[in-house]
This record gives sequence, structure tokens and C-alpha cells, in this order.
Amino acid sequence: METIKKLIRKQSLEKLFTTLSASRKVYAPVFAADKRVEYKYNPAFAEVTFEHIQSTLSVKNVVFPKVENLMYYTNNKVDSTITDIDLTKIPEVVLWGSHPCDNSAYDVLKSIFCWDIKDEFFAKRLEKLVVIGLACHQSDAYCFCTSVGLTPNSTKGSDILLSKTKSGDYIAEIFTEKGNAIVAASSDLFEQPNNEEIVIAEVKQTFNHEQVTEKLKTAFEHPFWVANSLRCIGCGACAYVCPTCACFDIQDETKGKEGRRYRSWDSCGFSLFTLHTSGHNPREVQSQRWRQRIMHKFSYMPDRNESLGCVGCGRCSRGCPVDMNISEQLQALQNI
Amino acid sequence: MSNIAAKAKELLESNAVQVVIGYEVGPTGVVRPAFVTDSAKTDSFIYNENCLQNLAMYLTKHEVKHFGKMGIVATLPVMRSIMMLISEQQVVSENIVVLGISDDGKLLDFADLSVMHAHIEKSNLGNPTKDQERLAELNKLSIEEKFNFWEQELSKCIKCYACRQSCPMCYCIRCSTDCNQPQWIPVQSNTQGNLDWHVLRAMHLAGRCISCGECGRACPVNIPCHLLTMQLADQTYNYFKVHAGTSQDMKSVMSTFEPNDKESFII
Repeated sequence: METIKKLIRKQSLEKLFTTLSASRKVYAPVFAADKRVEYKYNPAFAEVTFEHIQSTLSVKNVVFPKVENLMYYTNNKVDSTITDIDLTKIPEVVLWGSHPCDNSAYDVLKSIFCWDIKDEFFAKRLEKLVVIGLACHQSDAYCFCTSVGLTPNSTKGSDILLSKTKSGDYIAEIFTEKGNAIVAASSDLFEQPNNEEIVIAEVKQTFNHEQVTEKLKTAFEHPFWVANSLRCIGCGACAYVCPTCACFDIQDETKGKEGRRYRSWDSCGFSLFTLHTSGHNPREVQSQRWRQRIMHKFSYMPDRNESLGCVGCGRCSRGCPVDMNISEQLQALQNI
Repeated sequence: MSNIAAKAKELLESNAVQVVIGYEVGPTGVVRPAFVTDSAKTDSFIYNENCLQNLAMYLTKHEVKHFGKMGIVATLPVMRSIMMLISEQQVVSENIVVLGISDDGKLLDFADLSVMHAHIEKSNLGNPTKDQERLAELNKLSIEEKFNFWEQELSKCIKCYACRQSCPMCYCIRCSTDCNQPQWIPVQSNTQGNLDWHVLRAMHLAGRCISCGECGRACPVNIPCHLLTMQLADQTYNYFKVHAGTSQDMKSVMSTFEPNDKESFII
């Protein structure tokens, strides 16, 4: 559909939020007690922040939960009975106030989960998701969306995108039928847009991702990887806070005859990730795992999935205990 | 040139070590570990009050050990970790040179480990004051209140294992949580799985934790998981009057039996 532009006054946002919260799950950012920003289901409107730069964790969990049941089973003497998960019970979720980098990430995840065989769990959750994004009016030194082809007000992935105006009201751009349905149900809260200027964060471009992708084609054996990953401790923090990291592990958990199969987040940063049953590990040292992380996002994905595996949110660098700053590393890679 | 840079340069030039592990400031102003192998590049080393990471975890990292002999900038927690790693036969004392840092930030000259041992012995080996105060507050709570506190905190856990990876004493090549036949610890990151993991981690560090607080600092979601291991450090001291990481030949508190051990904790 054609984009529709409306204005919503700051005092009307509460009404819109409470209307939505009354009938469905609304996932919105709040400040936690320790000042970190985290998303919560149906918080009170007073708690919801419009002033956050970035939540610690991404919002990929609405389509890719950290633990997701895939099936239940009962083991009999000679056979097993399998009970599928009822996907029709997946609820509609309204994601409120997520930034353009996070919203763009759903397309990246889709290029992985629906690459050849459609992952039904992911696809159903995405179908049930409505995104009311919030363009960034502030940023920090870790943000680098402009280096990966996005902007602080990219519209990709949003059903509605709110942009703050100088007086504190919001311009709502509506891109999809899902977004239009929300606006139509509260049409009294939306007005014709004025020409007031919107406030958009400044994010400096630090590297050219196309040049990085080109460099990576011949960089597999480069000494860069060892030299720049000596301090990497091999935890999974970067992958778990990342909005586009999609690797998962599948486990069976059995108690007596009953059990369930579930998947949970996994990370290529762990040595166990590639360990073979034989004991051989094709990525036996950390530099190879760090290389995999960068290569996957900036070389293999553009090559195979036609999408870049990074949206420039900077969470991995903010969350890294040893300052493995990805933007710094990509700048360096561009020049090797 | 700072004392650390000069000492590192001297060690690398004389080939006494092949790499020096210290601290540098990254481009965003964050202090982080640095590994210098070239004697002309030791100027990047710094030392200030933000140099808190326990660098001893790198002494068992394959790609760092690969360089050869290692020099390491060591504040008290790093020195104690080194003693633990030697006593648990993970580090060979001949392979390391310690660039000790005193509490007031001065470079210490350790001719050998006995000098470092003497330095550790005269230092304050209890938990850091702010952590000890927080533990005292937590210990005032009832069992139910304590459980609720930890249940709430651990619900944030995403099982990234930054706590394990950042800890110098968590050096196992294959952690028991990585074992899935049988699966000792649920892989899933839910309340049960998170609780099981953090209790297992803390118990494995009883009598071995040197109270550096690195696990809590590394946690991306701010779980104060260092309080679990510090509580155990405190308790093992109260029972056995032994602080972890004081000498290179200390015996492991939890796996050594002495006929005169107190057994008051056995229910």
C-alpha cells in the first residue's frame, strides 16, 4: 500500500497504548532498576521509555524466543507418540517503540529462517507481529546503522514508524495494512500532519560495507583474525544480544516416558558449537570462531541470502566484556 | 614511557618473554586487554583505576600460550589467580613473568614467586568491601526472600556463559554444562536451567574463587553472580581459615582431607 502520513500528539500516545494493551500483548521498552533498557509485555504506559538509545537485548525473541518448544513426545515400549505444537495459539504481539535497526532485522532473520524450507514457528510469530517503530532521535558512539546501509529512520520492517517532532509530537508513517488497521481502530487520535521538522539522530558512517564484503573474499587466512581476537574470551554475549544472530541448538528433555523437544539460542563463539562427536573440532581456536562471526554476517550472508547479517545496532560492542568493538574491526578490515 | 611499558620492552628485548599481557585504551575510550609481542610497541600499555579485568584467564588460552613465555601485568586478584593456576597445574611458573602492580598502582619487582607470595600474604584477602557489604545485606534476608532475590536476578540470564569464560579458574576445556549425555545442566535458559547453572558454577568455585568479581563485571545483563562465589569464598575462609590463591603449592580446600578438619557443616 501507499505510505500514509499522520500526526499523533504526545498526549494521545497513552490512549493509543492503553487501547492496544487492553486487547493484545504489547511489548515495549522500559528502564530496569539497574538503568538498563529492557522490553516488557504490557507495562504501564508511565514506565514506557521514548528516550532510550538501545535496550541491552534485542527484540528478536518475539519471533525467535530464547527457548521454544518444538514438540512433545511420549515414549512407549516400541514406539513414540508425537504431539505437535499448536501454532494457531501463537498470540498477536504489538512491538512498540523499537528502533529502525531492530525492525530491519526481521527481514534478515527471515532470509535465514525462510531461506529454503519455511520455519513454521518463526513464520507464524512474524505473521502475528505488528511493529510500531520509533525513529532514533539520539545515538551513541556504538551505533553504526549508516555504515550498513540503514539510517536512524529507516522504514524497513515497521508497520508504523513514529518520528519525534521538535515540539514532542510524533509523525506516524503507515506502511502496511497491519499498521493501517491499528490507525483505523483509533482514528480519532490521528490528525493530518503539519510541516513541523522531525528530530533525527546523527550517526556517522565509519566504514563501507560493500568494500568490507569485497575484502573478506580473500581475507580467510589473513593474520588479522588472530591479532584482533586474542582478547576474545569466547562467551556468547555478542550473539545473544544480536538482533540477527539466528543459530540454535536442539535438545530433548525427557522425564520418565514424557518429554519435549525444544530449541534454544546457540552461538558460534562457543568451542562446543562445532565440536564433532569424534572429538575433532574444525574451529578449534577462538580466532577461527571470531572470523566465522564476521564472515557470516559480512560475506556469506550477502553472498547466499542477499542480505547483510548486521543492522548496526552496536549491542555486541556495548555488551562485550572485553571491548571486541565490531565497528572498529570492520573499519580495520576495510583497510587490510 | 611508563614503568610498565619500560619493563615490558626490557622483557621482550631480552627475549625473557615472547608476549606481554596488559591493558590498553580502545578507540571508544574503554580499557581492555592488550597483547604486545613487539618490543617497539609497548607504549600502548596503560594502568589506571579502570584496569579491573582479571587478565589471568589469558594464561590458559591456547592462542596466547602459543607465543611462548608470557609476561603479565598483575594486580592482587591476578596474582592470586596465578597462584591458583600454578597450584592446580594449569600454568608452569617458569613460563610466566609477573609484572606486579601494588594497591596504589606502582610496579612491583618480583624476583620470583616467593616474593609474590610474601606480597599476597600481607595484602587484604577478604572480599572487596562493597561486595562484602552487599552480601551482609543479603544474608539478613529470610531463605524465601533470598530465593526470590536470586530467582528474579537469574531470570535475566541468557546463558551466554560470559561468567564462565571470563573466570581464570573456569579453564576446563569441556565444561560439565557442555555435556549432554547425561545432561547435568539443562541447556535451556529458563528459571530452572539458569538456577542449576549458577549453583553448579558457584559450587565448582568454592575454595577456588579469589574474589576478583570478574564474572559479575562480564555479565551483559548485570546479574551480580560474583556474590554467589564470594559468599562461598567467605564461608570456606570461616570454616578452614584458608584464602584461595596465596601460594603456588596450596592444597585445594574442597578436595583435601585432614584428620583435624572441622566437620561442623555436615548436617
